[in-house]
Amino acid sequence: MVEFSGIKEIIKPENLVYKKTRIMTENILSYCPGCGHGTAHRILAEIIDEEGLQSEAIGVSPVGCSVFMYNYLDIDWQEAAHGRAPAVATAIKRLLPDKFVFTYQGDGDLAAIGTAETIHSCNRGENILIIFINNGIYGMTGGQMAPTTLPGMKSSTSPYGRDVKTMGYPLKITDIVATLPGSYYVTRQSVHTAANVKKTKKAIRKAVHYQKLNKGTCLIEIVSNCPSGWKMTPVQSNKWMEENMFPYYPLGDLKTPQE
Amino acid sequence: MAKIRGSIVVNVEKCKGCEVCMVTCPTGTIAMAKEVNGKGYNYAFPANPELCIGCANCAMVCPDGVITVYKTKI
Repeated sequence: MVEFSGIKEIIKPENLVYKKTRIMTENILSYCPGCGHGTAHRILAEIIDEEGLQSEAIGVSPVGCSVFMYNYLDIDWQEAAHGRAPAVATAIKRLLPDKFVFTYQGDGDLAAIGTAETIHSCNRGENILIIFINNGIYGMTGGQMAPTTLPGMKSSTSPYGRDVKTMGYPLKITDIVATLPGSYYVTRQSVHTAANVKKTKKAIRKAVHYQKLNKGTCLIEIVSNCPSGWKMTPVQSNKWMEENMFPYYPLGDLKTPQE
Repeated sequence: MAKIRGSIVVNVEKCKGCEVCMVTCPTGTIAMAKEVNGKGYNYAFPANPELCIGCANCAMVCPDGVITVYKTKI
């Protein structure tokens, strides 16, 4: 392993502050440089490690950029057909109620083809955790317009920008889910700065605890960037996301349990 | 007052050179190398190692988890 390190005298095991968790495998992530998926994966892996859930966690991976997620986290996985992850997770949770079951989906998977599965599994109040990565575009297939694409935003299938008269308005599916009686904890976070990473980690930890109570579905939306799809550098895309995505998709809790 | 000093280790071959760590570093410790790694990316490296305070912001935002952080009091 080729490494480049700072001051050698400080590098001792007792001084360790931060290290990649052992749940993350050594495989190189297939994502583009600067993609928020990697950070989201790592936070989830850290929670699984810290809560001691490696043998209990079962993930359902989607179709989209994160389709190979089962290669990156060293836990049990099931691949689902496009958009059907909540339905598969429902079956797994009902058959194995002691396990921690989660799905990890992008916006093309969860908010486009899988809208019905998402809404109905949340309406039934299935005890699963849905992690929803929203980057406003179909990243894997080449940056086509998704239901979550912002008005006026350019994509490969809306080259003059999304015209709301003919293409409709962006779908705030997290807000829809928050109105359903079956959902228990619904929040919207991001992973582009260290402070937001900490907040997201806190939200996932909360959701893991809530799932043990068997009270309903938890949904965590992570507003993320897509440097390749948006045709920007990673740093530019994070800035663009702050300026354009956050006003439409404001961060914060949408539904918190009433104790 | 005790001074806090940090040090980072970058796994060069896994770095994709996205520059997110460089922007988030509060002290300007990290810079991108002029050389490239095996994948052709300009990797991140601690250009000013004496400035590092071991805050781990870079490691937290790194999408590929290539940074390990150490910290001590002097």
